[in-house]
Amino acid sequence: MSTRVVRSGYLLEGVRRFGLTGIFFARLLAACVRSLARPRLIVAQIFNAGARSLIIIMLSGLFTGMVLGLLGQDVLQRFGAETALGEVAALALLKELGPVLTALLFAGRAGTALTSEIGLMRATDQLTAMEVMAVDPMSYVAAPRFLGGLIAMPLLVAIFNVIGLYGAQLIGVGLLGIDRGTFWSQMQSAVSMRDVTEGIVKSVVFGAVVSLIAVNEGYQAEPTAEGVGLATTRTVVASSVLTLLLDYVLTAVFL
Amino acid sequence: MRATRSLEIGTGLFVILGLAALIFLTTQLPSSGLKLSFGKVPGYDVTAEFDNIGDLKVGAPVRMAGVRIGDVTAIGFDNQSYRADVHMHIYPQFSQIPVDSYASIDTEGLLGGQYISISPGGLSTYLKNGSQILQTQSAVVLENLINKFFANFSSSSSGGGAGGGGNGAKTPNQSKNP
Repeated sequence: MSTRVVRSGYLLEGVRRFGLTGIFFARLLAACVRSLARPRLIVAQIFNAGARSLIIIMLSGLFTGMVLGLLGQDVLQRFGAETALGEVAALALLKELGPVLTALLFAGRAGTALTSEIGLMRATDQLTAMEVMAVDPMSYVAAPRFLGGLIAMPLLVAIFNVIGLYGAQLIGVGLLGIDRGTFWSQMQSAVSMRDVTEGIVKSVVFGAVVSLIAVNEGYQAEPTAEGVGLATTRTVVASSVLTLLLDYVLTAVFL
Repeated sequence: MRATRSLEIGTGLFVILGLAALIFLTTQLPSSGLKLSFGKVPGYDVTAEFDNIGDLKVGAPVRMAGVRIGDVTAIGFDNQSYRADVHMHIYPQFSQIPVDSYASIDTEGLLGGQYISISPGGLSTYLKNGSQILQTQSAVVLENLINKFFANFSSSSSGGGAGGGGNGAKTPNQSKNP
């Protein structure tokens, strides 16, 4: 009996969290409009979320592309189609690996930083102090961070993709001896504008989801050291799972 | 003040880099996109007309004895002769290709991309900028090859001959009826 109560309590708590996130999202959107009056705050957050994630994104992109080059060549060779490597690498990066890997890395690198920063502000009553001074923390703290993530994410994905393509070219052309012209011409004839659009739409959606979850978890964090830690964990778990789930949905939509 | 300035420069660099990457992806990758050409590589241009170019694409290599000597720069269609008009750019160090050379379209591997293969002729006048390779052979279209093979196979098995393989000169319709 008692376990039943506890279980339904967990369930209800889960539903309540969804509701909280939904309400927070609506307030956040309204705050976003107000925060446009302070573009400097947004610029600072683009720097925090985007420019500081640049090194990890570029390194990951390079190695992802190089692995694609090696594996793609190995598999395609069995069908005598190793010249299709450019096509395989470009489609895999644009449609799937670029947006998803960048979103996962972004959640780990920038999302956790956002959550712990806002959570600590909450724990040390800085948000309450702002409210007391009639400064709206939603439009001063939350909205610029959300917008910064939203703007930074598509740019990071594009950089990841370009570096990844050159990584694949480095291995395929430089090491395994596929012709450079064949590599690029096969790629260009196989990739359509729709594939590029799919990647951009995915990156915008993932950027919105990861930033929303990170800001929300920080904002709703329990104001203790433990609470901030838990909120940071939840950010990574929730944004990773949601990213992969939405990835399936978006892929199905674009298919 | 210094701190905000360097922050703004950092953000600016990041945004410019990201936008450049986005522009690269949208213009250089898709087949419909606008292609930039980075200046002209030295060398000379020759053309050749083919009955059928198969799956040949712009950017495909031009090879001689397996060595890359140039690439395909444009593929057009000749309205008078109804043949494909292929423009090639040959690198400057390969300046001694006889004018009676022979151009054919070959495939790398079984499903690979196609390229133009040039076999040298015997004359001592050489191809120069704007000249045309007159002797060409079309791409081998796999479906036609299979059709011919089966047509050959059925006729030779009824006639008792053992000439299976690659006799592509026979047209399938001639040998169909016994």
